[in-house]
Formats: sequence, C-alpha cells, structure tokens
Amino acid sequence: MFTFLLKRLVQATIVMLVISLVAFAVKDNLGDPLRELTGQSVSEAERQAMRTEMGLNDPFAVQYKRFLINAVQGDFGTSYTFNRPALEVILDRLVATLELVFAATLIIICLSIPLGIYCAINPKNWFSKLIMAVSSIGISIPVFLTAILLMYVFSIELGWLPAYGRGETANWLGWESGFFTLDGLSHLILPAFALASIMLPLFIRLVRSEMIEQLSSEYVKFAYAKGLPQRRVWYVHALKNTLLPLLTVGGVQIGTMVAYTILTEKVFQWPGTGFLFLDSIQRTDTPVITAYVIVVGLIFVITNTIVDLLYGLINPTVNLTAKG
Amino acid sequence: MSQSKHMSLLEVQHLQIEYPSRHGVMVAVKDLSLSVEAGEIVGIVGESGAGKSTIGNAVIDLLSPPGVIANGDVFLNGEKISGLTREQMRAVRGSKIGFIFQDPMTSLNTLFTIEQQMIETVLANEKVTREEAYQRSIDMLNAVGIPKPELRIKQYPHQFSGGMRQRVVIAIALICNPQLIIADEPTTALDVSIQDQILQLIKTLCKERQVGCMLVTHDMGVVSSVTDKVAVMYRGELVEMGTTSQVLGAPEHEYTKSLISAVPRSDIKLVRFPLVNYIEEAEELHQLDIANHWLGQSQDQKEYQGPLLKVENVNLRFTTKDSIFASRREYVQASNNVSFEIFEGETFGLVGESGSGKSTIARAIAGLYAPQSGKITFEGVDLTALKNEQARRPIRRQMQMVFQNPYTSMNPRMKVADIIAEPIRFHKLAENNQQVEQIVADLLDHVGLGRKSGIKYPHEFSGGQRQRISIARALATRPRFLICDEPTSALDVSVQAQILNLLKDLQDELNLTMLFISHDLPVIRQMCDRVGVMRHGCLVEVGDSEQIFTSPQDEYSKNLISLMPSFENLSKAHLQIASS
Repeated sequence: MFTFLLKRLVQATIVMLVISLVAFAVKDNLGDPLRELTGQSVSEAERQAMRTEMGLNDPFAVQYKRFLINAVQGDFGTSYTFNRPALEVILDRLVATLELVFAATLIIICLSIPLGIYCAINPKNWFSKLIMAVSSIGISIPVFLTAILLMYVFSIELGWLPAYGRGETANWLGWESGFFTLDGLSHLILPAFALASIMLPLFIRLVRSEMIEQLSSEYVKFAYAKGLPQRRVWYVHALKNTLLPLLTVGGVQIGTMVAYTILTEKVFQWPGTGFLFLDSIQRTDTPVITAYVIVVGLIFVITNTIVDLLYGLINPTVNLTAKG
Repeated sequence: MSQSKHMSLLEVQHLQIEYPSRHGVMVAVKDLSLSVEAGEIVGIVGESGAGKSTIGNAVIDLLSPPGVIANGDVFLNGEKISGLTREQMRAVRGSKIGFIFQDPMTSLNTLFTIEQQMIETVLANEKVTREEAYQRSIDMLNAVGIPKPELRIKQYPHQFSGGMRQRVVIAIALICNPQLIIADEPTTALDVSIQDQILQLIKTLCKERQVGCMLVTHDMGVVSSVTDKVAVMYRGELVEMGTTSQVLGAPEHEYTKSLISAVPRSDIKLVRFPLVNYIEEAEELHQLDIANHWLGQSQDQKEYQGPLLKVENVNLRFTTKDSIFASRREYVQASNNVSFEIFEGETFGLVGESGSGKSTIARAIAGLYAPQSGKITFEGVDLTALKNEQARRPIRRQMQMVFQNPYTSMNPRMKVADIIAEPIRFHKLAENNQQVEQIVADLLDHVGLGRKSGIKYPHEFSGGQRQRISIARALATRPRFLICDEPTSALDVSVQAQILNLLKDLQDELNLTMLFISHDLPVIRQMCDRVGVMRHGCLVEVGDSEQIFTSPQDEYSKNLISLMPSFENLSKAHLQIASS
C-alpha cells in the first residue's frame, strides 16, 4: 500500500511538472501583461524598466525556475484585474464550480445506472430503443446548445427556473453553498443538467454494454444454475461487475467535467472558475490563467489516484499491498 | 405416458432443441431420449457441435437464446420439469439439479467471497438461518476436500488454484442436496493429476449420496474411467447408448467405432490412426514426388554427425515481482538446468503439467526467449552466441513452429495463400512469383486442403483445417526441425488423429526432426520416439518413449503415468499396433 502511494506520488509529480511547463509556456507567450497594467500615458522607457523589474526580460529557464519555486509555495503571482493573489481568486470561485460538478455527477450516476441497466435487460423494449436513440442525439449536441435550449424552455417559455447566477447561498459547517437554500438549488438545476448532458449518454451506453457483457458471462449462468432469483443475479452479481469499469472511466470523466464547466458557466453566468478563466483570457490575466490550469490539473491527478485506490478496495483481485 | 410405469430419476423423452435464425432453423438436438438413474453416472460423449452441452442446458432451461425446446419432455422423479414457469424452474435449479461448469475460473464471481456465494445458494433454495447456511457450507467444503474451510471460506475465488476452485463449484452444486448433477466438461480446464482427483470426487459423492450424474465430455478417458453408462452423440443425434464397457469394448455404430479408433491410446502404440475420416473429410492427399519436388530439395540436407539439437544446462527465469532492490525481486524458474539431445529424424516429446516449463524450452530453442545461462546448439552452431537477427536467419529457416491455437496464430486479414507464401518470399526460397504460387498450391494439396483453399481467409476454416494451414506454413521454409507446441490440444479427437497422422506422414517423407510438446500423455506415446518428463522447470526423466511408459524410473513420472486414464475396456479392433 505504502509503495503504491509512493509510486503514485512520483507519477503525480511528473504529471504536475509537465502541466506546469505548459502553463508557464502559455503565460510566457500570451499577450503582454504590461498593456493591461499600464495606461496610454506610460512611456516606452518606463515600460522597459517595469519589465526588468518584473523579471520579464530574464531567460526562459530562469523565469521557469522562479515560477516553479513560487508555485510550490502556492504563489502564482497577483491577478492583474483583482489585485489579489491569483490562487486565492481561483479558490474563492472553486466552491461554486465543484458544487456544479458535484450536482452534475449526482445526476449522471442517478440516471445512467438505472437507464443503462434497463436497456441491458430489456434490449428489445421500445423504451430502451428510445433511450438509445435520444442518447446518441445527446452525444452529438454541444453543451452550449443544450444550455441555451434548456434556458429557453424552462426559464423563458415556462418561467419555472432562473436562467443565470448562483442564487442565495447559506453557510453550513463553514461551507458556503447553494445546496442549502431553495433558491440556490433552483439556480443549480439548469446548469447541472446542461453539464451532465455531455457525459450522460456516454455513461448510459457504457453501463448498458458492460451489463450486457456481464449477463452473458459464465458466472451469471452459474448463478442461475444455483437457483438464485433473477433479481439477485442482475442487481447483485452482474451489477457489481458492471460498476468496476464504470469507476475507472468515471474518475477520468469527472476530471474532464471540471474543464467542461467553462462553457456551461459562461452561458449560465455561473460565478465559478470556468467563467473566471474565460474572463481572464480576455483580459490576459496570466497569473489567473496559469493558476487555473495547474489547479484543474491537480484535481485531475487527485481524482484519478482516488479512483485507483477505490478500485483496489472493490476488486479483490487487485492487491495494492503487493503492488510493490 | 402411464405414470404407473417405473420412471428413472431423469427421463428425457423425444427432446428436440432448435436454434431458429434468419437462415432457417438449426436443429441442435434431434429426437433424443435417455435416462439417468439415482447413483448412476451417465456420460454424454461427442465432438464439438454434437449438441452434448445443449442437452444439459435444456434440462435446467438455461439454453442460450435463441435456442428453444421445440419438442419433447423432461421428467425428474416422474415430475415434468420442461415447460415450467421461471419461478417454478428456479425452484428446481440448485435444490433438485446441481450444475458444474467447465471452467472454474469463470463460473465463480470474482468480486464475492466463497462464503457469500455459498450462503446465497442455500438461502435462495431453503428456509434456513444464515448460521445454518454457514455451517452447511463449512461441512460441504470439508466433504469436497478443502483444507481449513473456516479460513478458506472468507477468501475470494482468485485465491484458489484451478482444482480447488472446481471443488468449490462442486460444493456449491451439491450444497442443497440435489438429486441430479449435470457436469459439463468438469475437468477439461484442469491438469491430469487434478482431473483424476475431481473425477474421483464426483464419483464418490454420487455413490455416497445416491445422486444421479449426467457427465458431458469429449474425453474418452474420462468416460472410460468414471461412467456407468455412455451415450454417444453425433451432430445432434444419439447414435449409440449402453453400458460403458459395452459401448467402448464392442461399439456397434460406425461413428462410435471411428471415434474410439481415433482416441490416442495410453496402453499401446499405433502406427497410424485408422478410420478417422468420419467427421471432417480432408481432400484426398495428393501424392507429390518428393524426391523431385521443391519441397524435397532442401539445400541443407547434408548429414550431420551427432545430435542435431543439443540443449545444455539451460536456465531461464521470469520476474514475477519487480523491485528496485535486487533482494526483493521474485522470480519463477521456468527452466532449471535442462539438458537433452535430439537426433536427426526422431521425434522428441516433452511432457508435463501446465506451468512445468515445456513451452518455455521450445521458445528458447526457437529464439523467442533468451536463456540466462546454458547453451543451445543446432547442427553445431551455438544459438545463444548468435549476435543478431541476421546471423539467426538461416537457423530460423531450418526451424519452424506449429502453435497450439490455430485460431490466433494466423493473421485473420491475410489470405491463406499469402500466409503460406510469406516465409518463402522472406527467405527468398523461390526464383519468381509464379514458382511461389506453384509451391503454395502444392503445399495446400499436400496437407489435404486442396489448392483452391488459397484464396480464402483463415476464418473460413475449421480448427483442424487451420492447423493444416499452420503445418503448410511451417513446411514452406523446407525446415529440418519442426517444433510442435501442443498442436492438437484445441482440436477434437478425430481431427487430432488426422493431424497426427499427417505429421507422421510428413516426417517419414521429409525426414523431419520434431520436438513435440504436449500435456497429453497418450498423444506423446503415439507420436514420440524419445520423451522428456518436465516438472517445475526441471527435466526429471529422459528416455525411450516405450520404456518411460512401461517402466518409468522417476517418482513423478511414475505418478503421472499412473494417472493416465486407462483404456482397458476400449476396443482393439482394426488397429495397427506398432512393434517396439
């Protein structure tokens, strides 16, 4: 177990180094931060002086080394627009994003597993065919279109749900979230569904094909031959085996979803990191951009490690202690 | 049907099983009637596609779709069990009929402990408490011979060996005291020594508990050693049924006769297998004038003095656990100081159970693995000292391999003619393309496929035909030395007999030297002049084949040979027995 964690830690460090290099390269090449900082009145000589002072004239390697040392300490520089540490700005907004991702994940889990199983055990039923047809359409519609459609139907035409913003939040055990107020929840529904709509069809299909495969396996036949009732064979034996690959794919996809929030948040004006990221790009707020890329990369690495650990716990044939 | 008439434990009457498809109805089992008495083991034997497994599945209503019982009835203890509702059928499964599947690796769910899988079986079939179910499971594990059941029951299937796992499967099948067990190839996936234990276990349990058993198998050895009665199936029809000694000793039907004559015998060595063309007709073998044909004109038929192949103290190990610290690495010694010699023109057999290292040696000789130490000399050239692929090429041409699985050893996207032509082109053995085509066509004719087969793809052939393609491909370099790694273990007996006959014919014609690897002792006895017995990477005994089979010296070889199924009651009619 310890060796496994150590190995993962080394791997994670390598991944984070690569991400940081990319993030730094972006920072180094994306626009001129001085243009945002200074007005028209500043002369060229003053600009040069500022550049030298900020270290922008140093060689790439020197700048990267400085960046790394600062980054490890959580210092990504000060946001040009907010005049606060970039990491602090991101972390402030991260709660809103994670809330959205969490809600979308919940929707995906609650819908894809029952629907996928239904399609697997009733493959010829009209409802299964409908689910499969709708899901293939769902895969091909981009998220911003789904978002606009949802907004049009539910807030403009029907007027049931608010179209933008995060609504009222409440504090519970130091966690400031929209989950605890009715208004916050009503604001959450549309963006969460829009975000879930990208992954949901994929997961329904994954659960279905995985379950169909499990149902035709030998141990399922043996379970029937033992005299087990059909429900037990389906929902205990086959389901547990179906969920294993789902876990591996799911972990990666949750990480991807954090990245997908950029579009969803923009359309719904959701005050999360994705929204912030788009704004920062427009304003060439490089410290925020680099901090965002690194934070998202870190979330990716962490979720994947957790998924691997969980996989080892659920699947007895994977022995993490022996994986030296 | 009058109920007053005595009914057997299991009575199958006029059973017809059909698989409807777009191309019409495929009849898998045709008008089958048979019965099983309490305490009796009835073997159902036949080759693949004979419909033998289908019968077992139909009895417990677990036919894979779209299979249906089109006609006929199944009675258990005089009660009709065909055509029941799902819930009624569920009550029969497990509690009245137990089922044992072929592969113990896949019939248990890997994510649940043995305890969970046993207890759920009891609870699903009987109204008992969890504690009682647990106690029953422990008792049952004891009965099937699993040591320390209290400890083992908490474990997961992957922590058991294949044989132990099959014992668990048997325990589950018997835990609700069924009256009948259906065992579908219960020992096919196991080693000989384990096979014997499992068969004896099934036999003892059936006799003790007066349970009837329907044993589906393709293996005549299994039939001969445990069954009381035997039913022979051929293409969905029951061709012969009777007591085991009667059917095996004095078969009446032509198919049974041919099937029995194709069984590799452990007791006597035959020159060739007779009457084997009942199932898969090979094309008439075209006689080639070998002396004048390309195939017979190998460039390197200079006589070599001494052993053609010499294996000296070969050691080869694989890493099972890697670590940065050398002291913590773990290895498995796949080949431990192995030495033997193979002389020109002979067939040398390597026999042993799975994991004994037989295939590893073959691959080391073929240059697919590099041994850590030791020497492999072919025609005086030390193969382990060859620097690169360029130097090895002439050796590669003289040595060819026939692999075990004819389904995976060929590129499915290549036409058969191209598969066979590839080595000829690679080694530049023919002058022009026209000649290559001519050679390929002759080779196809010669292995009994017919030259027309060249334009087809591998998937259009059956297993036996594919193995003929593999042999033709191996011959295409005009080799001197052929390595056959379990060449017939994926094939039916009658097809196996054909392939073995073909190999013997080719060896006689071309003066081939062969290394023949098999786990199947009777096959080894039929094929080999000399034999090496392997165990855990060590060669425990080498000697003349007949001598090893009649008077083995080593303890392990003695044990292995004593476990061979006996064929005493098998008919000896029409056999050409080789004089030793």
